[in-house]
Amino acid sequence: MSTLPLLDVEHVTMRFGGLFAVNDLSFTAQPKAITAVIGPNGAGKTTLFNCITGFYKPQIGRMTLNHADGPVLLERLDDYDIAAKARVARTFQNIRLFARMSVLENLIVAQHHKLMRASAFSLAGLLGLSRYSKAEKLAVDKARHWLDRVGLLDLADEDAGSLPYGSQRRLEIARAMCTDPVLLCLDEPAAGLNPKESLELNSLLTGIRDEMGIGLLLIEHDMSVVMEISDWVVVLDYGSKIAEGAPALIKDDPAVIHAYLGEPDESEA
Amino acid sequence: MEYFLQQLINGLTLGAIYGLIAIGYTMVYGIIRMINFAHGEIYMLGAFISLIAFLVSTLLGGTSVAFGLLAALVSTMVLTALYGWAVERVAYRPLRNAPKLAPLISAIGMSIVLQNFSQLTQGARVKPLPPLFKGGIELMHGETFSVNLSYLQMTIMALTVALMVVFTWVITRTSLGRAQRATEQDMKMAALLGVNTDRIISATFVMGATLASVAGLMVTLYYGVIDFYIGFLAGIKAFTAAVLGGIGSLPGAMLGGLLIGLIEAFWSGYFSIEYKDVAAFSILVLVLLFRPTGLLGRPEVEKI
Amino acid sequence: MAGANLKAALKDGILGAVVAAALALPMLGFRLVDSASALTLATRFDWVAWAAAIVGLGRFALCLLRQAVPADRVPVLPDLGAKFPKARLVAGWAMAGFALALPFLPFADRSLVDKATLVLIYVMLGWGLNIVVGLAGLLDLGFVAFYAVGAYSYALLATKLDLSFWLCLPMAGVFAAGFGILLGFPVLRLRGDYLAIVTLGFGEIIRVILQNWVDFTNGPNGISGIPRPSLFGLVFTANAPEGKTTFADYFNLDFSGDHRVIFLYFVILALALLTNLFTLRIRRLPIGRAWEALREDEIACRSLGLNPTMIKLSAFATGAMFAGFAGSFFATRQGFISPESFTFIESAVILAIVVLGGMGSQIGVVLAALLLVGLPEWFRELQQYRMLAFGGAMVLIMLWKPSGLLSHRAPTIRLGKGATP
Repeated sequence: MSTLPLLDVEHVTMRFGGLFAVNDLSFTAQPKAITAVIGPNGAGKTTLFNCITGFYKPQIGRMTLNHADGPVLLERLDDYDIAAKARVARTFQNIRLFARMSVLENLIVAQHHKLMRASAFSLAGLLGLSRYSKAEKLAVDKARHWLDRVGLLDLADEDAGSLPYGSQRRLEIARAMCTDPVLLCLDEPAAGLNPKESLELNSLLTGIRDEMGIGLLLIEHDMSVVMEISDWVVVLDYGSKIAEGAPALIKDDPAVIHAYLGEPDESEA
Repeated sequence: MEYFLQQLINGLTLGAIYGLIAIGYTMVYGIIRMINFAHGEIYMLGAFISLIAFLVSTLLGGTSVAFGLLAALVSTMVLTALYGWAVERVAYRPLRNAPKLAPLISAIGMSIVLQNFSQLTQGARVKPLPPLFKGGIELMHGETFSVNLSYLQMTIMALTVALMVVFTWVITRTSLGRAQRATEQDMKMAALLGVNTDRIISATFVMGATLASVAGLMVTLYYGVIDFYIGFLAGIKAFTAAVLGGIGSLPGAMLGGLLIGLIEAFWSGYFSIEYKDVAAFSILVLVLLFRPTGLLGRPEVEKI
Repeated sequence: MAGANLKAALKDGILGAVVAAALALPMLGFRLVDSASALTLATRFDWVAWAAAIVGLGRFALCLLRQAVPADRVPVLPDLGAKFPKARLVAGWAMAGFALALPFLPFADRSLVDKATLVLIYVMLGWGLNIVVGLAGLLDLGFVAFYAVGAYSYALLATKLDLSFWLCLPMAGVFAAGFGILLGFPVLRLRGDYLAIVTLGFGEIIRVILQNWVDFTNGPNGISGIPRPSLFGLVFTANAPEGKTTFADYFNLDFSGDHRVIFLYFVILALALLTNLFTLRIRRLPIGRAWEALREDEIACRSLGLNPTMIKLSAFATGAMFAGFAGSFFATRQGFISPESFTFIESAVILAIVVLGGMGSQIGVVLAALLLVGLPEWFRELQQYRMLAFGGAMVLIMLWKPSGLLSHRAPTIRLGKGATP
């Protein structure tokens, strides 16, 4: 391949005590593509996410993010720098919003760095300089755009914690997008959604891929979502990769079928 | 060498007292994640009640000091435990589901109330008690300095060890202890499985107060003077000890207590008595920087 | 049914009475009397009976009341802030107007203005701590340390280097903020409750140092003769020192001691309003929003690229700075400071003001300061029961309103309008 992958994960290993949550895992994620990581419960999917976004530091391995202006080694950055400098955004399996702040405020906080620079670390803002108010207007515009995309424009001034579950999931995606990421990591975005919401989510995610041209990495249990929208699927079991390929091929892979159906007591989270 | 040994003995005695108080902090924190700010005052009340109980028992005709002390010990444990129970019932239980800082403020309020209650009812002046235990063993006789282990120090250490044995037995072997550990791990789940968590929390406060009351009795005997203000500093020290040992860990509380006692004894022995409190806190900060969970605390994997 | 209710209430009352009697027996029933020869006991069992009777009847009545009024019909204070978003603004301006006019009102005498000055010091401290606890959600139990740093900075700079109040005021703020950063840098990575104990310890350490570093701070004797502030060079004394003009002479007034009291009142009012203005403004700036976001969810903050340590540090230092300002005002107002003024109880009072007011609420802080500092000032005569009532009030208010008097939060920005006023 002539072009570099967006994310290149090589030999990543994460141990908790004696347990290998992720074991010698390598895969790549391409830009302008949706890469899905699937696997039974406890396969190490969320741990992998936490490694990529810096919340955990893997004991072994390298994770390279190829920006237009050069590669960034993720394992060397702190979690907040992965978001700020490497521009990897993420959502959480158990939604983490700023519950007692308004929907709009959630999206403004996501644009913190841009606004901090514009307000000269708040000094210009304290003095009420126009430089800051202009930047804030731009930030609100961006927030409005994403609120419109996820259909929450009417609820912009409500407390984020008061939204229904499905809306909170969409707000979390909108908030992540407000950080201008090059890679968006979604931890079970369809969990707890009804079929209609799930369909809307699919079109939102494919829309983000096609219009923004960024890479998406998602963990999902919902196979219909995975099969419908992902361009590439990586299957994990017990922390190791057991298969990868286009969704149509994965569906018939015997190792995958064994991992899922071979366990009679496989249960959903 | 002799001087060192003497400071070691003094430090361990003091540390045993801190450790007994620290257990109350660590247990309550472990089970409801709350700093029981009034716990130092419970210890102070224990000191007062033990003094009163001892005087009452001598008035009632007990001529034997040993009998008087035993009677004082038992009645102090019961009455102070009742205070511990009442404080939880009145000031904390209604706030079980309140925002996180509400119980803390309530506890600070309770601590002010108890301190002033004691000042108002017993007066502000220092209360002296003539030494009851005299003598000790001379362990070592140096040229200029001899090392003494007094009978009182022996009693304090023996009593602490005995209490720890009983206490460990209760926590690890009885159904109450099992229910307590279950509640500490997951209160909701414990309640679903039929544990009466309210009662378990009450029991936790009662146990903590009982141990603190014994510490109060020990301090009354050891220093021979008490006043209404002793709870504050001892409370802070004991809480520091609990954090140092790893909050939530019972052996950690005792270890932390002993360490704080030793640091204080050695610091005042070798450097300056004025800055002994500074030394204890500085060590705490240093330990937390390198081991954020304290010495024996379980490392917490961040759940994301 | 009524019979069963009565029976339950009776049981509750008797149980309460028995517990109260047992609790009261050692502490109320006996009194330690330290006569010259030895410690003896006096008895007062009547007190025990009274305690038992009061608690028993109280529980009995409470139990009946609870049955008569079901929980969902208990009258609650309506949250005015939520119902009328403008009410908050109006109330704020009304309070500011009243505060400005206070010294000139007919009933305002010197002692009232003095008391109001004291309340304002706590309002300012409360607003300062509100940044740390209310906005950033960091539990600081040693706030008084920064207050002390501010007070001693001014006292030492003024008495040793002869610098003026207005020059020292910003310096005191900077010193206090510096201490905040110094302390915060190592400890702000700790979890919330650990932070509480470390800040508490730091507060005690500062006090111990002030008490024992006699060469520098004059130890327990404190520093006296701290100069009073001047108004653009006009001094508030009866006779002008060399090369100075008195305030009274300049404005052709008869000299009166009240002038200085009123002047000090306006200084602290200005400082407090400045703190308030700062907070209201910074809440609408990125750093202020980051503070609140951090209080809500630290992990989410990190996932958005916010560096939690820097954000905590900025909140900690900002709060400390305002405590430093308040401290130097305290020093110049008293003219004398000693470590006695900076005990843990001060930190507790300030924290209580913030939490009782309703975390993050600016008006709530004013109400709580009036309640906790202003009200007890009127009961000075009952000195010995004052602290008992103070502690009791803290418990009762928390039981009554666990999230504080005013807990409604309005968004700092609304869609379509830009920032709301």
